Amino acid sequence: MKQEFTITVYTENQVGLLNRIAIMFSRRKINIESLNVSPSEAEGIHRFTIVINEFEDVVRKLCRQIEKQVEVLKAYYNTNEEIVWQELALYKVPTDQIAEKVKVERLLRKYGARAVVIRKDYTVFETTGQREETEALINALAPYGLIEFVRSARVAIIKSSNGFHEKLKEFEEREPGEEVIENEFLDKQQEVFSM
Amino acid sequence: MQTLEITKENTSASKEPVTITGSQAVLEAFIAEGVKTVFGYPGGAIMPIYDALYDYTDKLDHILVRHEQGAIHAAQGFARSSGKTGIVFATSGPGATNLVTGLADAMIDSTPLVCITGQVFAHLLGTDAFQETDVINITTPVTKWNYQITDANEIPHVLAKAFYIAKTGRPGPVLIDITKNAQLQKIEYTGYEKCNHIRSYRPKPIVRKEYIEQAAQLINEAQKPFVIFGQGVILGRAEKEFKAFIEKGGFPAAWTILGMSAIDTDHPLAVGMLGMHGNYAPNVLTNECDVLIAVGMRFDDRVTGRLDKYAKQAKIIHLDIDPSEIDKNVKTTVPVWGDCKETLPQLMQLIQPKDHSAWLQEFRALEAKEVEAVIQEELNPISEVMTMGEVIKTLNDLTNGEAIIVTDVGQHQMVACRYAKFNQSKSNITSGGLGTMGFALPAAIGAKYGAPNRTVVAVIGDGGFQMTLQELGTIMQFDVPVKIIILNNQFLGMVRQWQQLFHDKRYSFVNITSPDFVQVAKGYHIDGQSISKREQLKDALQTMLNHAGSYLLEVMVGKENNVFPMVPQGCSVSEIRLK
Ligand SMILES: Cc1ncc(C[n+]2csc(CCOP(=O)(O)OP(=O)(O)O)c2C)c(N)n1
Repeated sequence: MKQEFTITVYTENQVGLLNRIAIMFSRRKINIESLNVSPSEAEGIHRFTIVINEFEDVVRKLCRQIEKQVEVLKAYYNTNEEIVWQELALYKVPTDQIAEKVKVERLLRKYGARAVVIRKDYTVFETTGQREETEALINALAPYGLIEFVRSARVAIIKSSNGFHEKLKEFEEREPGEEVIENEFLDKQQEVFSM
Repeated sequence: MQTLEITKENTSASKEPVTITGSQAVLEAFIAEGVKTVFGYPGGAIMPIYDALYDYTDKLDHILVRHEQGAIHAAQGFARSSGKTGIVFATSGPGATNLVTGLADAMIDSTPLVCITGQVFAHLLGTDAFQETDVINITTPVTKWNYQITDANEIPHVLAKAFYIAKTGRPGPVLIDITKNAQLQKIEYTGYEKCNHIRSYRPKPIVRKEYIEQAAQLINEAQKPFVIFGQGVILGRAEKEFKAFIEKGGFPAAWTILGMSAIDTDHPLAVGMLGMHGNYAPNVLTNECDVLIAVGMRFDDRVTGRLDKYAKQAKIIHLDIDPSEIDKNVKTTVPVWGDCKETLPQLMQLIQPKDHSAWLQEFRALEAKEVEAVIQEELNPISEVMTMGEVIKTLNDLTNGEAIIVTDVGQHQMVACRYAKFNQSKSNITSGGLGTMGFALPAAIGAKYGAPNRTVVAVIGDGGFQMTLQELGTIMQFDVPVKIIILNNQFLGMVRQWQQLFHDKRYSFVNITSPDFVQVAKGYHIDGQSISKREQLKDALQTMLNHAGSYLLEVMVGKENNVFPMVPQGCSVSEIRLK
């Protein structure tokens, strides 16, 4: 069954790499639901967070192909259960409406929103949360004249990850430790090797 | 301008700096990397490099082709016959876009290339300047790596990276796009340092002992082990190790089209070619072996046929340098990641010497069936018209399997690969993964430069020859003694065969007319003749081989002959048809 996967890719910071990675999806006619690129915890290393809906088998092969790219250090894929993830959303609403209607304020408190800008004509609120949460606030604000809305891409932390600092050191070694190329076959040895 | 005498003294960094141009830095990099031959075509955006080249002609041979596609196919032929990296120069815009077919071909066939394209001045990037195309983005999906240089100071280390990436691990084409300002720019050059490490790039995975042990256990318990091998054996320079491995285990071994010639075609354990037009026995018995040992091959669909009916009964051991190939098409029981030059000897140590002659006999029995149904008539036809097979057979007889055969794409390619005899590695050069018509003539030119002491014979269809025949001009100008055989069936034969078999013989635009090829060759001062009678064949081939320079021999063959056996598309390998 197709399901949501979050792919995390650690890369060098290089012009053109976004395209090199993006075309691996488009070549297979896979739609990218969400894409975030930003510096990672390790200096000079960028982190891509890509969300797609696919079969696990396809995602696994895709990650291997991504990892094969010269400037990619590592590609992981995870289900939603294996990550902590958030999106940021900004909402612009008419200030007079919210000033008048106490209900709105309550709404905002309920959804954990915070005012980023308050002007005479409009106010910008911000929330972070998962898709359903930000979605719910849109619906709630709609009757009060939501002027504009924008949501960021997903950012995700892998629950079981120890970060990239140690990995990076291994990559910098000329003779890397065995762990650099992880191996699901070994982990699942019983399943793959039976005679 | 003067040639720099800095090559020797300044090959390692941190020497006294010398002022040179970016263009000179490119050529210095080539010399430091041992490059002797470049295939290329000049133009506006690469003129500074060509200007610098003018002073390097004592160190670098530049072969002026007639089309950039010819340059890159020649570089591919060079790489395939020599095992070295092929080098290409092209200008921006149309020069660069003309490389795309060759890049795609080299990418899918893992051929190491370094291509240098000129680009407009950096300040014009993105302005639709004259002959500006976005070469980096056009070529991203068909290069192992590409990079645009806008500052000449980057040239030495970027080229060092390019050579390292092209040749190591699973090889592939690299393209470096250099803006004109960078070619002209003066830099303080302190020498060239080869690259041997890029932190984000692991050319080969670490060999895992446990896999070797698991694989050996499977192999030792096998009753019907079967080895199938691809170009990985040749790219890994592991021919000796491979031969020792199959000989110790007594394994029947079949090649993919690109693996061909890694072992002698007459080796006692050789059982022929896999795939759609491969041999009968290895296709059928793929579905009867108990352990399938795949070495340096990628289970292409032309090899596997229908995947859900492919070797389902077998345990599968896959040796490959590219981890992304494991499980890509065929689920592996034991993945042996690594360079087969290392993994094969390790595996060999753990396997018991065995004699599988009864199992080998099953191959021979099916082979006899194929001889009777197909091969006998193809090689010794009773028909009046000549067959492609008898041309190849006669060529084998005259060359003793010592020639390099470069094929184009189509029926003649399949027939040549089915019947050619080889007793040296790197002898079968063909466009396997991409199936690029027009490949053979320029690739043969390159193959000759890559292996100047060997006889190079290009075998081409009447259709494919017309795709790149302008390269006769290159042969003329540089006196390249390649032998050209056109197997003329007056059709786009392979497509016609499919139309006959699968489209009710509705011959839709496969009827292709040709010029007088011998006259065309004459126009380029290349000798040749056309024959249509069997009695002429041997003498004509001998004349061609004896001829001092290049020679074109057109052989008129049966118009509607088909290549068999054949695994029809969508069928299992065991459903291979003998007719
Ligand atoms: C560039 C390119 N265009 C089209 C094809 C499709 N194609 C494959 S084989 C073939 C026919 C080749 O005819 P010819 O060169 O005469 O060789 P023959 O099959 O007759 O030996 C064609 C058109 C191709 N492989 N490459």
